[in-house]
Amino acid sequence: MTTEIALSAAPAARPARSRLAGLAVLFIVVCALPFLVSSYTTFQLTLVIVYSIVLLGLNILTGYNGQISLGHGAFYAIGAYVAAILMDKYGVPYWATIPVSGALCLVVGFLFGLPALRLEGLYLALATFALGVSMPQLIKYKGIDTWTGGVQGITILKPDPPFGLPLNQDQWLFYFCLAVAAVMFWLGWNLLRGRVGRALIAIRDQPIAAEAMGVNNAMYKSLAFGVSAMFTGVAGALGAIAVQFVAPDSFSIFLSISFLVGVVIGGIASISGAIWGALFIQFVPNIADQISKAAPWAIYGVFLIGFMYVMPVGVAGAIRIFWARMKRKAGSSPQRSG
Amino acid sequence: METFLHQVIAGLATGGIYASVALALVMIYQATHHVNFAQGEIAMFSTYIAWSLIQAGMPYWVAFFLTIVIAFVLGVLVERIIVRPVEQAPVLSVVVVFIGLLVIFNSLAGWIYTYTIKTFPSPFPEKPPFGTHLVSSHEIGAVGVTLVVLALLYSFFRFTPLGLAMRAAAQNPESSRLVGIRVGWMLALGWGLASAIGAIAGMMVAPIVFLDPNMMSGILLYAFAAALVGGIDNPGGAVLGGFIVGVLENVLGAYVIGNDLKLSVALVLIIGVLVIRPSGLFGRVHVTRV
Repeated sequence: MTTEIALSAAPAARPARSRLAGLAVLFIVVCALPFLVSSYTTFQLTLVIVYSIVLLGLNILTGYNGQISLGHGAFYAIGAYVAAILMDKYGVPYWATIPVSGALCLVVGFLFGLPALRLEGLYLALATFALGVSMPQLIKYKGIDTWTGGVQGITILKPDPPFGLPLNQDQWLFYFCLAVAAVMFWLGWNLLRGRVGRALIAIRDQPIAAEAMGVNNAMYKSLAFGVSAMFTGVAGALGAIAVQFVAPDSFSIFLSISFLVGVVIGGIASISGAIWGALFIQFVPNIADQISKAAPWAIYGVFLIGFMYVMPVGVAGAIRIFWARMKRKAGSSPQRSG
Repeated sequence: METFLHQVIAGLATGGIYASVALALVMIYQATHHVNFAQGEIAMFSTYIAWSLIQAGMPYWVAFFLTIVIAFVLGVLVERIIVRPVEQAPVLSVVVVFIGLLVIFNSLAGWIYTYTIKTFPSPFPEKPPFGTHLVSSHEIGAVGVTLVVLALLYSFFRFTPLGLAMRAAAQNPESSRLVGIRVGWMLALGWGLASAIGAIAGMMVAPIVFLDPNMMSGILLYAFAAALVGGIDNPGGAVLGGFIVGVLENVLGAYVIGNDLKLSVALVLIIGVLVIRPSGLFGRVHVTRV
């Protein structure tokens, strides 16, 4: 079932100059945002950045490697808890928790990827779904509540901007997350555009052919799981620092489902799709809530189905199709007139 | 010993519920090759409809059969109106549509009927049968209903032309179309049947867990587990899987790990079975053709 999501090849090896210019403009606009909007909106945008890292990680696994995960909320939870415990119990500075969270999730994800190797499509969806569902229970487990704080969770402090920068805490956090996201996106892009990316896509589309070409399927599939979990863990740590609080019930199965929804809405196998998807899962529930206080989730569901009708390949896919059409028009019209 | 026996029998009873939801999942999978995440919510919604009918003064069994008919029509309508337009879309897009359906039904039920827990009547006598306290009449009744449904389904698929047509449409849509089977309608019929089975499961489980919009979420997970343990393409296996999961959940929950980690049993069980036998205990092993 997974081979049908084949949509695009690896990201372009070298982006066009116009695209780089566009990225630079976008970057400046994003950097200006915290000074233009309220603190609360800045906080929401910080979460968008955090989610976009998760969605990029999940896209590496689901979009590029064709393995469905309905349990990424679990890795997000692990990342968040590692960060919170390190800060709360061991006084580790907030920035130092992020590589630890990422590394631990890399290992856990890789280990989970090993049994998951034997599962495909539906079966993998189910196994990961079960992981997502049981995560809050595992965190609440009594044997470890001296670390995790049990049902109460852990409260952590918001970091102050360093070097006496003239920023408030929300603004600093925004830039901090943005910087981490930039590094993660650069990593992801580099990973996907070369040998590894091609191998992942080959496994998704033609596993047997890939094996015959000398790709070590088992290794790459587990690795995809690990790397994807690492991205999610890093985002989880950032999320915990941004929200200043972790509790078992913030990591329900609904979070995992939101992540998958974000990946599909944003666009499968697309790096920019991660940002579209993150905007969707952060803001659409609020919009739905404004439309109908009585049944916000019904509105959300209608949005989901509506998006899939209009853009079955996600926002990034729709944009790609739109540009391709424009280019064809631009390319063919002068010939016709001349 | 008596408590152990009680745990096993209670496990069989809840297993019967898992079995019927698993059966509904297998039905849709066989007819469409999709796993319907909204299955549990459709069952929950149908149960609310039954509740309304009973509240309106209808006798239980009339409401029971009327609800099955309504659920059947609901399933067909959902397939025709909502799922059909995305038939050609990538699998993951279809999954997102199912998730959309799930939240819509859940939210609608909460909106119409509020989130307060309601009691749902059982059609079976309150007095425990055979003078034992090991098992309630409702639990035995629920298992009986599940087995009857299984028998009916088996005969439907095995002995009727319509059942044969449905199997054909799922296995080989192109050839079925050539011999005159209306494949689109067979899919809709599969959805209708699955949602009718779901409604039965909902009405059987509601007296045990009480009626609220979230009553099916845990059950759906166990049903998934049951369907996969038994093999997603085997209705009999799904039913047996349901009983296995029910008993294991109860016995392990009571003696080994405690109630706090009950859901994790499902996780370990699923991963364990799938690692040893990836296509389930009774599923057909798929061979990929190069």
